[in-house]
Amino acid sequence: MRLADVGKTYANGVLALDGVSLAVASGEFVSLLGPSGCGKSTILRLVAGLSPPSAGTVELGATPGEADALRREISFVFQEPTLMPWATVAANVLMPLRVRRVPRREAEDRVAEALALVGLDGFAKSYPRELSGGMKMRVSIARALVIRPRLLLLDEPFAALDEITRFRLNDDLVRLWRQFGWTVLFVTHSVFESVYLSSRVLVMSPRPGRVVQDIAVPDAARNEAWRMGPEYNALCREVSLALHAAMGDRA
Amino acid sequence: MRRTVVLSVLVPVGVLALTVLAWHLYVTIGDVETFILPAPDLVIRTLWNDWSTLGPALWVTLKLTFSALALAVVGGVALAVLMAQSRWIELALYPYAVILQVTPVVALAPIVVTRIPDTQTALLVLAFVVAFFPILTNTAQGLKSVDHNLRDLFQLHGAGRLQRLWYLEAPSALPYFLTGLRIAGGIALIAAVVAEFAAGSSGAGSGLAFRLFEAQYRLNSPRVFAALLLLAATGVAIFAATSLVSAWALRHWHESAVPRDR
Ligand SMILES: Nc1ncnc2c1ncn2[C@@H]1O[C@H](COP(=O)(O)OP(=O)(O)OP(=O)(O)O)[C@@H](O)[C@H]1O
Ligand SMILES: [Mg+2]
Repeated sequence: MRLADVGKTYANGVLALDGVSLAVASGEFVSLLGPSGCGKSTILRLVAGLSPPSAGTVELGATPGEADALRREISFVFQEPTLMPWATVAANVLMPLRVRRVPRREAEDRVAEALALVGLDGFAKSYPRELSGGMKMRVSIARALVIRPRLLLLDEPFAALDEITRFRLNDDLVRLWRQFGWTVLFVTHSVFESVYLSSRVLVMSPRPGRVVQDIAVPDAARNEAWRMGPEYNALCREVSLALHAAMGDRA
Repeated sequence: MRRTVVLSVLVPVGVLALTVLAWHLYVTIGDVETFILPAPDLVIRTLWNDWSTLGPALWVTLKLTFSALALAVVGGVALAVLMAQSRWIELALYPYAVILQVTPVVALAPIVVTRIPDTQTALLVLAFVVAFFPILTNTAQGLKSVDHNLRDLFQLHGAGRLQRLWYLEAPSALPYFLTGLRIAGGIALIAAVVAEFAAGSSGAGSGLAFRLFEAQYRLNSPRVFAALLLLAATGVAIFAATSLVSAWALRHWHESAVPRDR
């Protein structure tokens, strides 16, 4: 997946992105880190094909045929849970499969599996209004995972969660990423989270956003020990400095 | 909780009892002529005694109102869905819906009645025209008010037009449609009465409105009030029924139908 010199101007004249170039290889876990309003969500929308770039090109896969195939295997977790309030948790998660006409039996099994993955087994029959903010977000994540996507776009999915749940879901996400070989583009505000999860961290400048730093994270086992170790801390410092530099502060 | 339920019955019933009592006292103490205002018990007795005339008339009016409402639901929803498919269809059709709406039934009635030989059919057309509009506009508004992020999500997953309509737009529009239905229920009855009056239909198959004006003409005041009472009761019943349908259909999720947890 490649963005080449992409610009985005919204209808009201706001220049959100200017000359963004980035590439994500198949199987990579890439984090986008930047200040609020720098255009991170906008990048995800461009990649998903939900809005067209005003300049430059967005390419998926190596060939146009591959791009079409890949388009059907993208999942997007929005910044807000975006659940259908009239549908139960199970029906919300079932939606992508229903639209794809997956046979009922199989679909129900996969919904149960996805809900178990985010720790919501007991809530299949609840309605979104009966859930906490973090639980709604987890439903939204389950809905993204249920199609077993090849490309997963995550827009600050854990921002509304407490530290403990967040760590747990971080570990789950890394595990699943390794297991299924997804390509992940992950937006976050958190330096620590981005380093812990990613194989690469892209640091963005304030609006109009562009990628100003590209920091690779070595492939290490992600666990508590690593989180406490010197490599993780050094990386966090590096990313943090890059972020401050991008924002024009003195470090 | 229990107390609120009991009170929510007691309060309106109590106020009703007081109103009737005041009415009764006013008529008896003030020595008001029956011709001006009949006493409440006289109205009730007239309702009972004249049931052979009023009962069938009520039935005619009810049939008319509910047929018009049913047609309005089918037609209004169908047209709203059609208009939601394309802006061009909307632009082409919406002006006619508005024209039909802003033309008063009273003005329309003589024209329609003289063109359509069967009076009941003519009345049905008139009541339909009036009831149709709130259902159309509300449903159309609802179909347009789908959350944009949900729309994006459906697009991302490659949902077709019918899937979008069924899984996304229809449920989003449901609360709006039900609001339209509540409004339409009330004005379908009003339209049925106005149309009947304006059409001046006579003889067989006459509804409550006709009986009311007939009684007025004959200075049969108790019967006028009895007919009025029936009309009011019908209106209240329609309102209660549509409100119940609405609350039931939205009971799981919509703010209007879900109790606020504290
Ligand atoms: N639909 C829109 N119309 C006009 N301007 C928009 C729209 N969406 C976003 N913007 C503008 O584009 C810029 C980038 O928005 P975007 O949502 O991509 O930021 P973000 O990096 O995701 O921020 P946050 O971290 O707060 O979510 C913002 O300055 C915003 O004002
Ligand atoms: Mg954002």
